Amino acid sequence: MKITQISVFLENRKGRLYDVCSLLGANNVNIRALTIAETESFGVLRIVVDKCDAAVKLLRDNGFVANFTDVVAVEVPDTPGGLAAVLKVFADNDVNVEYMYGFVEKHSDKALLVFRFEDTDVAQQVLARHSISIVTRQEIEGL
Amino acid sequence: MIWKEQIECMDSTGLKALQSDHLKKLIPYIYHNCPVYREKLDAAGVAPGSIESIDDIKRLPFTTKEDMRDHYPYGLFSAPQYQINEIHVSSGTTGNPTLVGYTRDDLKLWGDVMARVLCCAGAEPGDTIQIAYGYGLFTGGLGFHYGALEMGLRIIPTSAGQTARQLKIMQDFQPRILGCTPSYALYMAEEAKEMGIDPTQGHWKIGVFGAEPWSESMRREIEAAWNMLATDVYGLSEIIGPGVAQECQHKDGLHVFSDVFYPEIIDPETDEEVPEGQDGELVITTLTKQGIPLIRYRTRDIVSARYDKCRCGRTSPRISKIKGRTDDMIVVRGINVFPSQIEHVLVGIEGTQPQYQIVVDRKAHHLDEVEVLVEVEQRFFSDEIRHLNELRERIRKEIQNVLSVGVKVTLVEPKTIERSVGKAKRIVDKRTL
Repeated sequence: MKITQISVFLENRKGRLYDVCSLLGANNVNIRALTIAETESFGVLRIVVDKCDAAVKLLRDNGFVANFTDVVAVEVPDTPGGLAAVLKVFADNDVNVEYMYGFVEKHSDKALLVFRFEDTDVAQQVLARHSISIVTRQEIEGL
Repeated sequence: MIWKEQIECMDSTGLKALQSDHLKKLIPYIYHNCPVYREKLDAAGVAPGSIESIDDIKRLPFTTKEDMRDHYPYGLFSAPQYQINEIHVSSGTTGNPTLVGYTRDDLKLWGDVMARVLCCAGAEPGDTIQIAYGYGLFTGGLGFHYGALEMGLRIIPTSAGQTARQLKIMQDFQPRILGCTPSYALYMAEEAKEMGIDPTQGHWKIGVFGAEPWSESMRREIEAAWNMLATDVYGLSEIIGPGVAQECQHKDGLHVFSDVFYPEIIDPETDEEVPEGQDGELVITTLTKQGIPLIRYRTRDIVSARYDKCRCGRTSPRISKIKGRTDDMIVVRGINVFPSQIEHVLVGIEGTQPQYQIVVDRKAHHLDEVEVLVEVEQRFFSDEIRHLNELRERIRKEIQNVLSVGVKVTLVEPKTIERSVGKAKRIVDKRTL
């Protein structure tokens, strides 16, 4: 099952990340996972939150450019080689990862990782075939 | 030395008679050869044979940059194309470029007025000139070339750019006259110092600088940097290219060659002539051009004019340096830039036009830098940096293609571009010219 990531355009200016986080915090939206991709003049903040529809509306109403992206949250054993084993499945099956990042909090004894794939549907089929468990939207909301 | 002393120092009665004579021939010539102008003249109720003196010019309709664009390519030509010897193209405000064409006689005229320019600046036959204006579709390089050829100067046609080579050539051939944009003159002086060359210890006599607005403080800077006399040349490709007006050694206004390029200074709102000495829009009629003669062309440049005799002996009217524009055009590295050109590119890329702003700055090294800020919108935002960088690069390349000037494109957040009464401010010019 795909989950929804929110991407936000941010200029490299003091306080912009704070602005986003305080806006979400003040409106009771909880950030589950987060990463920032940056260039010399701007960055893209990528977050997974508990209430994504409400969060995007909030961000857009406050003048941010924010989009939805389908991503997949994968449970990876939190042991040496855990991530490598999952990545090997992708590599063997020609699944291209655009980018990935970790969750802020852990889910039981597994680590949670967010993957943005070139082709999300194909990636999901490969994951299912190899019995790699993915996290549902309901689980994200309840984390 | 005054190149055409008889004309350049003519008394006002004689000059007026000469101008009247030219206008009496010009209007019937245009009327019978250019259907677009025939329609304009008919609409203004001007019979081609009704011109009696230069004072009748006030009855004639204006010509604008939009007319040139609307009738691209040949609509405003009075001469047939087989008589055209050379064409030059500059980028227009939107879409169509501005095309100008010269007959053989027009090229002779260009050589003549540019020889007057060089003499007016203080050049003498036998001098060597380094022409570091761009050669090609830009009129700067070839205009200077024709004038220097007419005058009998030794020409080093370096064109613009390749600064290290320019400086090597300067050292080897010791030119006394330099022609280039004023900002490039300052840039070359900086580069010279970096290469261990003292630019003040040279062979220089005079610089003839133009194609972009510059101030008295910049003049002092150039004169100190190169130890030369820095003079201002004025022109625009629609009229001839460089060669419309030039400062003499007294640097007290630019002498307009008014026997061939008749100037008027008008209030751009009322279209009425302003009193002598007051600021207004410079309007020029090309009294003797054949290829694409223009009647009362609105230059959009704001100047003031005076009509008294100069200490150099010339009687021609003198215009001030350009004090501003009536439109939103800016000049960057000698190239005319209109915000509408950038707008056009953005519409082409994204279907509708995002908010944008052009920031022009001249940093320590004296070269203009253009940054185009584009507000990111929902519909072209991507979570992938790669896509955003590709978009930015595409915008940059297309703007560069249209303007022929390198730009930097920066994506910014929505609503960050300053707006006044809902409209975004399109140009921020940080240069102190």
